[in-house]
Amino acid sequence: MNQLGFPILSIMLAVPLVAALWCLFAPGEGEAKARSARVTALAASLIDLVLGGVLWANYEVGGARWQFIERADVFGRFSWALGIDGIALMLIVLTVFLVPLCILASWTSIQKRVPEYMAVFLLTELLMLGVFVAQDLFLFYIMFEGGLIPMYMIIGIWGGARRIYASYKFFLYTLLGSVLMLIAMLYMAQTAGTTFIPTLMAFNFSSQAQLWLFLAFFASFAVKMPMWPVHTWLPDAHVEAPTAGSVILAGVMLKLAGYGFIRFSLPMFPEASAHYMWLIFALSMIATVYTSLVALVQKDMKKLIAYSSVAHMALVTFGLFAFNRQGIEGAMMVMLGHGLVSSALFLCVGVVYDRLHTREIARYGGLATNMPAYATFFLFFTMASVGLPGLSNFPGEFLSMMGTYEISSWAAFIAVTGIITGAAYMLYLYRRICFGPQTNADAAAMSDLDKREWLVLAPLAAAVLWMGVYPESFLSPMRADVGALLERIHPAAPASDAALTVPHAAPAAAVAGER
Amino acid sequence: MIQLLVFLPLFAAAVAGLGNRMIGNTAAKLVTTGALFASCAIAWPIFIGFLTGTNHAYVAPVLTFIHSGDLQVDWALRVDALTAVMLVVVTSVSALVHLYSWGYMGEDPDQPRFFAYLSLFTFAMLMLVTADSLVQMFFGWEGVGLASYLLIGFWYQKPSAGAAAIKAFVVNRVGDFGFSLGIFGTFLVFGTTSIPAILHAAPGMAGSTIGFLGYRVDTMTLLCLLLFIGAMGKSAQLGLHTWLPDAMEGPTPVSALIHAATMVTAGVFMVCRLSPMFETSHVALEVVTVIGALTCFFAATVGTTQTDIKRVIAYSTCSQLGYMFFAAGSGAFGAAMFHLFTHAFFKALLFLSAGSVIHSMHHEQDMRFYGGLRKHIPLTFWVMIAGTLAITGVGVAGVFGFAGFYSKDAIIEAAYATGTQVGGFAWFMGVFAAGLTSFYSWRLIFLTFFGEPRWAASEHIQHAMHDHGHGHDDHGHDDHHAPDETAGHEPRPEGRSINEIAHGTLGYHPHAAPWVMKLPLLALAVGAVFAGWAFAHYFLEAEFWQGAVAYSAELHEKAEHLPTLLGLAPTIVMLIGLAIAYWGYIVDTTIPDRFARTFRGLYVFLLKKWYFDELYDFLFVRPAFAIGRFLWKQGDEGTIDRFGPDGISKLMVVGNRFMARAQSGYVYSYALVMLLGLAGLATWAVTR
Repeated sequence: MNQLGFPILSIMLAVPLVAALWCLFAPGEGEAKARSARVTALAASLIDLVLGGVLWANYEVGGARWQFIERADVFGRFSWALGIDGIALMLIVLTVFLVPLCILASWTSIQKRVPEYMAVFLLTELLMLGVFVAQDLFLFYIMFEGGLIPMYMIIGIWGGARRIYASYKFFLYTLLGSVLMLIAMLYMAQTAGTTFIPTLMAFNFSSQAQLWLFLAFFASFAVKMPMWPVHTWLPDAHVEAPTAGSVILAGVMLKLAGYGFIRFSLPMFPEASAHYMWLIFALSMIATVYTSLVALVQKDMKKLIAYSSVAHMALVTFGLFAFNRQGIEGAMMVMLGHGLVSSALFLCVGVVYDRLHTREIARYGGLATNMPAYATFFLFFTMASVGLPGLSNFPGEFLSMMGTYEISSWAAFIAVTGIITGAAYMLYLYRRICFGPQTNADAAAMSDLDKREWLVLAPLAAAVLWMGVYPESFLSPMRADVGALLERIHPAAPASDAALTVPHAAPAAAVAGER
Repeated sequence: MIQLLVFLPLFAAAVAGLGNRMIGNTAAKLVTTGALFASCAIAWPIFIGFLTGTNHAYVAPVLTFIHSGDLQVDWALRVDALTAVMLVVVTSVSALVHLYSWGYMGEDPDQPRFFAYLSLFTFAMLMLVTADSLVQMFFGWEGVGLASYLLIGFWYQKPSAGAAAIKAFVVNRVGDFGFSLGIFGTFLVFGTTSIPAILHAAPGMAGSTIGFLGYRVDTMTLLCLLLFIGAMGKSAQLGLHTWLPDAMEGPTPVSALIHAATMVTAGVFMVCRLSPMFETSHVALEVVTVIGALTCFFAATVGTTQTDIKRVIAYSTCSQLGYMFFAAGSGAFGAAMFHLFTHAFFKALLFLSAGSVIHSMHHEQDMRFYGGLRKHIPLTFWVMIAGTLAITGVGVAGVFGFAGFYSKDAIIEAAYATGTQVGGFAWFMGVFAAGLTSFYSWRLIFLTFFGEPRWAASEHIQHAMHDHGHGHDDHGHDDHHAPDETAGHEPRPEGRSINEIAHGTLGYHPHAAPWVMKLPLLALAVGAVFAGWAFAHYFLEAEFWQGAVAYSAELHEKAEHLPTLLGLAPTIVMLIGLAIAYWGYIVDTTIPDRFARTFRGLYVFLLKKWYFDELYDFLFVRPAFAIGRFLWKQGDEGTIDRFGPDGISKLMVVGNRFMARAQSGYVYSYALVMLLGLAGLATWAVTR
């Protein structure tokens, strides 16, 4: 079966499902039921965290490409096929790490329909994990699109004042993409005669078909990513979602599209990927400049961080379509780093939102005086977000931009402007929240972090530091898989953008050209 | 040992920073200062080993960092002659500044945080100078940037401090933009970021061309210039200098350590570290020379009109960094490093002395409200004289000179000895700036220590006396807790001149500095007096460097044999500058006023720092916000949303009904039904 002797992946999916059902149908009333739902959810998410740790510890780096494989044919071609590679492993670890923190963050801030909330949240975890472990095309689709439903609910039921508008927008955008993707999947299943993803990853679709299939998948992934100009759902969704919803949205859901690109678009349609590289780069370049400037003028904390997410995600798309190792590994590292840091930043917003019930930046100020521990954490994550070396975002951003430069100096030139504007909008935000005199009496009266909040932020800080100082832990499981992907897409790689050749042939240059 | 040297400050920073109020002020101060003195004690033997030629370059590995294909970056500590110089500079100045801060920051409520930042800075700077790869150098580079940001914004309640901190970080990021692209380009060309490997391969790339943004350019020129943009940011060279004067918002010990002796010299260090690479591109070297020469001239001109004591020294730093750069551009990397070395001592001394003056004058920083302090704080006066003699380069060739005499003269001579047009330009700028340096340095001394006391007009002094009159505590002034140390009230041309300011002391008695402040001043004064005389031989000759920097024996030879009059030029202009300052600020104090009135345009231009801040505000800051607002309102909301989701919902035939249902919360049912439908369709398609 697998190296552990028990179906660990299925168990990881079953645990949140069982716990969700228990939350909903457990006996009890009112506050007692709410408390038991909280405890159940936390326990289930911690079990998954432990299982995630077991998974990581037992994953053989350099072993088989697909590990922990499970397969049961359900009906027809549809099968319960699970299995992970190093790339999926890292995203699974990210997911199981963030969910317990989300539950803790919702401990007191969610008071309405707690059992339902916890159940929906666990369902989200189940579906997110399902996306990363699925080896069947339609299983993937169900998990991928199904994940939207609990997210609609989290925004629509437990969200802020304009939650209906936000969830409608979210729905409209994502639906549009998913329909096209489904049609493409049906075509692929028919043409290739299989729905098994590893087989499809090696299947050669005709060049003409690739061009259409790529666009169909792109429609879905570009929305989820989100890429400019289909990003406008994200700020609204974040603003209206409760803190934990924002965390899971930014931390995990935005990674689904990147995962989709790396699992489907690149290996299945390598020629089309090369063909549309210019499109991806153009949209990413626009996003970098555009959303950074928009972030600079935001008055709402969550909106600012949401726009910064769009800018950071542009680095993922730059890296993925750079067709070289630095780019792709960098893109993965950006996803992981951003998963931690944007989550942490949303949690930081949540801390003060719980106290003052406003996200308006101008209502705060001088928090470093009355909330020194909070200010320190916030600064730490702000610095991680601007890509300070030694913290989690640097290895990814650096590699991704380096990979981009190798293929296009123009794209890199624009991508790197992000380090200037990124510093500007984040530090400007930090200054308005934490520095300066205490002008608002209610903000000045807020208390510093309590124990629960410490418990939420400290693990994130530790992970951010770890990823920044020793990224090798995260890079090594993915290395072989990125290698396999590179081998697959290499023949289609665009000529290492003519802008970058060294004509007075020196050996080093020739090597550089091939990477 | 090198690991201990580098990581002790990090450990101390962690203890002081995380322990903070739990461990208390004294413990935090002891741990950080102790660690720094220990590091310093390790650094000097390493340096002496290189002086005597017994030590040789080596690399101490630490940990894997980023491995991705050909990119193999590890945490590692490189020690060679160049590093050794920086090690003693960084640890010595840092240790002394730590000690000095015991006194200077003695009444601040946030001391553990302050000392933690100082130690953190030192760690980052040590990582920078021991870097074996460009990536680790970038780590140190950003780390010192962070520490600089934190320390400039240390008194975070002050809006001006927060603004200055952001400005420093963001302007440095503009430099990092170039630095990053430089690293990427270097990796593309050489397939590695290891500095020794790059330097080894660099000559082979001379003359090759590379595409960049659609143009075809000389490879080495492009790479060097991109990297140099980074150096310009960190070392506050013309164009990216605007953050440095504002950085004076930080406490004065910070200005001494970070914004004078160490961090701002990182750019010079980088160019010297990569000197074999820069040697492959004449264009790059010429650009470095011109930028350096222009900066040295520009900053010196601005320094002549500022009235804030820290700002004068800040512009002086900027100007001296320009000297170092044009030395490097001329190919005299040894001289550049030598000036970096001597400058660290005398400039740290000048800043700390200024801090002592500010401390004694109850946080007044405007020199117009000083005067006559010579008799009240004699030790500060004498060490500041030593610093001034060092910076103005007083000395007689072949006999003895203060520190700057050896290093600055070596630079000016080297520029002339290149024999090129650019070298000649740099020589002229350097000599002219030497005269200005002498003028503004002595102006500072005369305004501060000579003449009649003009303290009575100072609000800080009035405040102090007022407090004193009412007893210290009765209305809870937090004056000592958050010293109102500003980077200077934005200079205004209509400000009063010293002749219009009422004389008198208000009965105020300047505080004398405690011994923890005096001791570092004395130690640095020794450096300012003897560092040039003692080390000139080593820094300017090839043996000491063991190939750590590019060295041109020919240039050195030529510089040694310049005509006597040319060799005397810096000394002559120095005397002229001194004479003018003496004349205008001691003999007849109405002269500066009359000069300013007569040449009002020039005066205001200099006082306003050549209008760089206004220009950048107009060109970059305002447009960024305006465009951001436009894209948000007109782009996202006005176009994408209007024709996207909002438009679609209006267009749909069932739009109204749909929206009505959506309002009542049925959207989830819709979503659910649609998705289930799609899944059913999929199942049907697959299984049929």
